[in-house]
Amino acid sequence: MDSALIPEGAKRCSFPKFTIGIAIVGAVLLWGVFAMFLCWFKGLNQTNMNDYYGFALWIWADLAVIAVGGGAFFTGLLRYIFKIDELKNIINFAVIIGFICYSSALLILAIDIGQPLRGWFIFWHANVHSMLTEVAFCLSAYFAVLTIEFIPNILENRQVNKVPFFHHLAHNMHGVMAVFAATGAFLSFFHQGSLGGVAGVMYGRPFAVREGLLIWPWTFFLFTWSAAAFGPCFTLLVTRITEAVTGKKLVKDNVIHLLAKISGWMIVTYIIAKIIDTIYWAMVTAPSLGFTLSHFYSNNGFYGYWILIAEIVVCGIVPGVLLVMKSTRENPTLRLVAIILGTIGVCLNRWVMVLQIMAVPVMSFDTWALYFPSWQEIATTILPVAYGIILIAVAYRYLPVFPQEQELNPVEPVTE
Amino acid sequence: MKQENNNAHKFGMVIDLDKCTGCGSCMVSCMSENNVPFKEDESNKKDSITWMSVYKLTNGKSFPDTEIAYLPRPCQHCGGKGDHGHSPCVSVCPAVATDYGYDTGIVSQIYTRCFGCRYCMGACPYHARYFNWWDPKWPEGMENYLSPNVSPRMRGVVEKCSFCYHRYQAARDVAYYEGRDDIEEHEYQTACTTACPSGAIVFGDLNNPAHKIHQIVKPDPHPDPRNKHVIGKSRNPKVFRLLERLGTNPKVYYLSEREWVRKQGDSYLDGEWDKIKNHHGTSSHG
Repeated sequence: MDSALIPEGAKRCSFPKFTIGIAIVGAVLLWGVFAMFLCWFKGLNQTNMNDYYGFALWIWADLAVIAVGGGAFFTGLLRYIFKIDELKNIINFAVIIGFICYSSALLILAIDIGQPLRGWFIFWHANVHSMLTEVAFCLSAYFAVLTIEFIPNILENRQVNKVPFFHHLAHNMHGVMAVFAATGAFLSFFHQGSLGGVAGVMYGRPFAVREGLLIWPWTFFLFTWSAAAFGPCFTLLVTRITEAVTGKKLVKDNVIHLLAKISGWMIVTYIIAKIIDTIYWAMVTAPSLGFTLSHFYSNNGFYGYWILIAEIVVCGIVPGVLLVMKSTRENPTLRLVAIILGTIGVCLNRWVMVLQIMAVPVMSFDTWALYFPSWQEIATTILPVAYGIILIAVAYRYLPVFPQEQELNPVEPVTE
Repeated sequence: MKQENNNAHKFGMVIDLDKCTGCGSCMVSCMSENNVPFKEDESNKKDSITWMSVYKLTNGKSFPDTEIAYLPRPCQHCGGKGDHGHSPCVSVCPAVATDYGYDTGIVSQIYTRCFGCRYCMGACPYHARYFNWWDPKWPEGMENYLSPNVSPRMRGVVEKCSFCYHRYQAARDVAYYEGRDDIEEHEYQTACTTACPSGAIVFGDLNNPAHKIHQIVKPDPHPDPRNKHVIGKSRNPKVFRLLERLGTNPKVYYLSEREWVRKQGDSYLDGEWDKIKNHHGTSSHG
């Protein structure tokens, strides 16, 4: 039925099967959309947030999708600026994942603010001292860059590409893509960093506050670094999931191994920096404010030392080492374990840097505050996942996302 | 932007915790004065709006040694690190919806500017900021009791104690009408101050030596030699501020004869309190 739109020489499932799959995920998406409208029309009383948890699940989701979406800017940087040519075979997909992540982040922010119609105030009445202002500007600008990076791939659709103008436009956009990749890397450095700065500058919160360089707390650099380190893990993970769902090999192993190796070294260097930061904070910063490390990890029903060990050791050192060592990196199972742990690790870091900050009591007579999100918060957080699955499914079906697909999966000629 | 003004006020408050009975009059008067909306069920204190909130402190000892103190907590109107006006909340608000008044020291909240991101709430360690999770509603007929001098807030924005700023404006209007340049101490008093039956709250200008608050607090204008971010540390050994060590520089001070109460103002490592409990503003040693 839609065969004219499918890339030439590529094999896709039947249209009814595709439609059923989209409908199932679409139902989840509609559930999220329903919850989104409830929040917009009835207000944020639909959530379980409160005055202790002004930042909660949504801000974590924002930080997490932007961190894992970091694969787009970092892969683009490696491909176009550092000229690592093999990565051209995964860059399209990295850009699509980034596009999904950043559009999701913007959508979640639009739900999260109490007065959505005033969202533009952040640009119009910008406070240059606020990290959130920098986030808003750079995030929006980078989303525009990602859109520009995604357009040539869309124009390569079999039918669209028949139009000479679109064909040439796509070709010329590819030619200048290095400029956008550089712009994207620049913008990402700042907004990933500012998201880390959001926590690091909160000097009223000893769990969050960090010293730093000039106006930037150390969390600024750690967030950028971790996004560049773990973002490719997520790109690899989604590629692996896509390969499992489609039952096809889509990217050659040498490309996967290369990106995994780069990610591994980034994770190892990041985790060393993270450990130094944690030790300095625990031994110097927090004690100078009257707090011991145990204050942040005890006397409550959820946050214990386990979360620190899980983030730094299990989901930091372990995936880093697994991806750096050739034998484990090239073992498909161990590589999968590493990229799953890495993705969990960066999400856990963002969780800690949002929700644990809110949970820890600061005044000596205050108490821990724990929170569980409402179904509306959960549904609106799952909404971007459903949207992402649908966009990837549509893009994979109709666009030449993986340049090596046909080489890896030759279609046998039909003999009649 | 910081504005140098030698005639600037620095309004603040000192609360005598030995006089406070925890009656809650300050909370009630504040809600009434400032048109604070309320819910049918206010049992969940984490999503109810109370610009002035009273905390219960205990010395942690069992009977018969148990002691109790009540600590009223309005917005602390922090001057921020070095007292430059970069309060924890003001510095993070992305839309300048909360601002620092260099002529008064008061941290304002501009309700029509706030778009409800709640970053300020996360940054405030005192939980002095409240979000309007619901539309403001009052029982039928009660709208008639609302103060015409204070605008009610809409759903989806943050609000907090303003040190009854409308009273300051009213006092200035009177002074202007009478041809005076400035206002008298008694002309500008917050609702909680006037409502407190035991006189535990003293409000005034920390910069004015004639004001009672200045005489009680004796604020040290120099940076604390132990922490350069701390300005305005009290030279009165019985006076302390909440979380002074963080460098937030609140303008709300607390007074107590009881050492265990003063100790609860900050967190201390083991043995630290005994070393620094007698450290007050520098001039007290001079």
